[in-house]
Amino acid sequence: MSKVLLQGEGVETYYGKIQALKGIDFVVNEGEIATVIGSNGAGKSTLMMTIFGTPRARAGRIIFDGKDITQMPTHEIAHLGLAQSPEGRRIFPRMSVFENLQMGATVRNLENLEEDLPKVFKLFPRLEERRNQRAGTLSGGEQQMLAIGRAMMAKPRLLLLDEPSLGLAPIIVKLIFSAIKALNAEEGLTVLLVEQNANHALKLAHSAYVMVNGKITMSGTGAELLRRPEVRAAYLEGGH
Amino acid sequence: MSAPVKSGSGGFETKILSNAQIAKDLFYTALITFPILVPIVAIRTQLDQGVLTWHSRFWLASCLALAVVIARGLMHFLVWNPRAAASLDVSASAKPTSAKRLSLSDRIGPYVSRGLLIFGLLLPIVAHLGHAIGIELPSFGELRLVDLATYILIYVMLGWGLNVVVGLAGLLDLGYVAFYAVGAYSYALLSTVYFPRWFGTGVVPFAFYITMPIAGLLAACWGVILGFPVLRLRGDYLAIVTLAFGEIIRLVLINWFSFTQGPQGINVPKLTFFGLKFKDEPGGFADFVSTHFFPLAYNRVQGYIFLYYVILAMALATYFITKKLRRLPIGRAWEALREDEIACRSLGINTTNTKLTAFAIGAMFGGFSGSFFAARQGFVSPESFVYIESALILAIVVLGGLGSQIGIVFSAVAIMGSFEIFREMDFMKAVLPTGTEPIQFRMLFVGLAMVLMMRFRPRGFVTKREPTVYLKEKKAISGDLVAEGHG
Repeated sequence: MSKVLLQGEGVETYYGKIQALKGIDFVVNEGEIATVIGSNGAGKSTLMMTIFGTPRARAGRIIFDGKDITQMPTHEIAHLGLAQSPEGRRIFPRMSVFENLQMGATVRNLENLEEDLPKVFKLFPRLEERRNQRAGTLSGGEQQMLAIGRAMMAKPRLLLLDEPSLGLAPIIVKLIFSAIKALNAEEGLTVLLVEQNANHALKLAHSAYVMVNGKITMSGTGAELLRRPEVRAAYLEGGH
Repeated sequence: MSAPVKSGSGGFETKILSNAQIAKDLFYTALITFPILVPIVAIRTQLDQGVLTWHSRFWLASCLALAVVIARGLMHFLVWNPRAAASLDVSASAKPTSAKRLSLSDRIGPYVSRGLLIFGLLLPIVAHLGHAIGIELPSFGELRLVDLATYILIYVMLGWGLNVVVGLAGLLDLGYVAFYAVGAYSYALLSTVYFPRWFGTGVVPFAFYITMPIAGLLAACWGVILGFPVLRLRGDYLAIVTLAFGEIIRLVLINWFSFTQGPQGINVPKLTFFGLKFKDEPGGFADFVSTHFFPLAYNRVQGYIFLYYVILAMALATYFITKKLRRLPIGRAWEALREDEIACRSLGINTTNTKLTAFAIGAMFGGFSGSFFAARQGFVSPESFVYIESALILAIVVLGGLGSQIGIVFSAVAIMGSFEIFREMDFMKAVLPTGTEPIQFRMLFVGLAMVLMMRFRPRGFVTKREPTVYLKEKKAISGDLVAEGHG
């Protein structure tokens, strides 16, 4: 069994008095793609944000590479080698594509840009075409590519992706997911993927969790969950 | 009413009105305007020896109502009329005009800042030559022109300082004048009270050169003090707290009498030429130059020209430091912070430090210009640091185009210069109601200018944002492509 990179133990998060996460346990092994699927309001994004320290977990522990990061400020967590492509992408709209990518390298003091930029551009050639364009003028798919590319510029050990398929055309979704797969296969990058698009996510994932109402209700390998009738009924055949 | 409806996309959805419809619209306009004007204008109350009387001014109300109807008529024919609007309206034909404007500004852009710099350096010489050969603006002598330029440059420097906080870091600060006040009072108190006490009176002529860095440092400290409680605030909430901060500083200055001498103010030593006073006396500047270098007669202008060059040097230092900072990681972090705070944090930027440095550096420039202001004026009192000053500086920054340094120069010249022009417009007295001065209408003018700007150039004079780094090619982007700022 490979090494555990990120681990959560009984993580509980509150927004004011409302409990969003009700004791989450999860494990992400080094070199694998882990995915969390679930419907709207299940707490997937909250889990993602909690790992990154905003909001902080009120109970439980989150351990990254043997280090307890539960109470760490967000920017320090970023310096440990976690990078995030947040929900809604959150690129810097008035800065150019290149400046956005450069901001991604903040944790490495903007060094070695010449080496890393070609990697991102190889993954998403569209970004190279638009490198001096203002990021706010990109299409949704290009913005998502930029958000992932920006996270990659930090040379992370663990990449957190929050709904990369949100609001994108199916063909772009395919492109994004194959890029994620390539990152994992070729660079050995560990990925934690939060998705509503269960079909795509489960096909990709080595391990998967199903979240309902702030709790994890099922877990297993991606292929296992894909075969489970209750998963199929709830997330694969119903809505899509 | 069949008035045009503004559509969500920002353009105008216009129905072409027939003349009859326009006439109907104007009739209703008159019908609505006149009754509104009756209580406001037509009935004038007066206190006559303790008795409240009133007299009517229906002719004036009628004139105003007529003016409103005519103005609306003009709007119908010139602006709301789609054909005329196409030639007048910038936003309706945004694409082609902006492309044209971009190419024009691309061509002249690089020369504008250089031209301004040369103009700034030569201004006193030009004024002096003009004076020598007898060309002078009416009641605008050499001395007055240089003094006005000095005055405007103070605001340019304040604008550049505030630009760091508002334009780059996106933190709306309505209390910027507080740092200006801290700088001014630092100079005033150190040069009149503390330096004589600590080092003797011999140091007083040099006080400005010693206190200016201290004033900047103190203002920066106050910037951090303001920054801490507002770290979690953004947008309107931040604006309110900074507004309160500005007022608190002013009220403290008024009420802490034993320390600041309250509303009386403090007389402070004027700026010297590295210890030499600009006075017609032995040991003054002219006397010193005459005995050591070349014969020079005393002239009041010398002092003013020196003041001008000092503030020019300070303002240029502000400009180049800010420009340099924008290229450093901290400047990039400010801009990223303006765009998206959460994304910043997840990229490993310490938003607390980033915000505090923005506040501190912005405040520092405010402190520098404050101490210069005190040394120029020779007198400080809390009256100079009222809220309207903050609003004015913010207006300069916004009119210039948030984040644009050159735009701030233009808007400072436009606003502060127009105030002075109003002071000179004596001929306007013939038109204005008796007992009013043209200068009293200056704020009205600024308000009108603001409204027009928001209509025709909603992002300020200079809307381009030059990328701080380029990949292979340099490409500036038109402001029309930019989304409105968030929070």
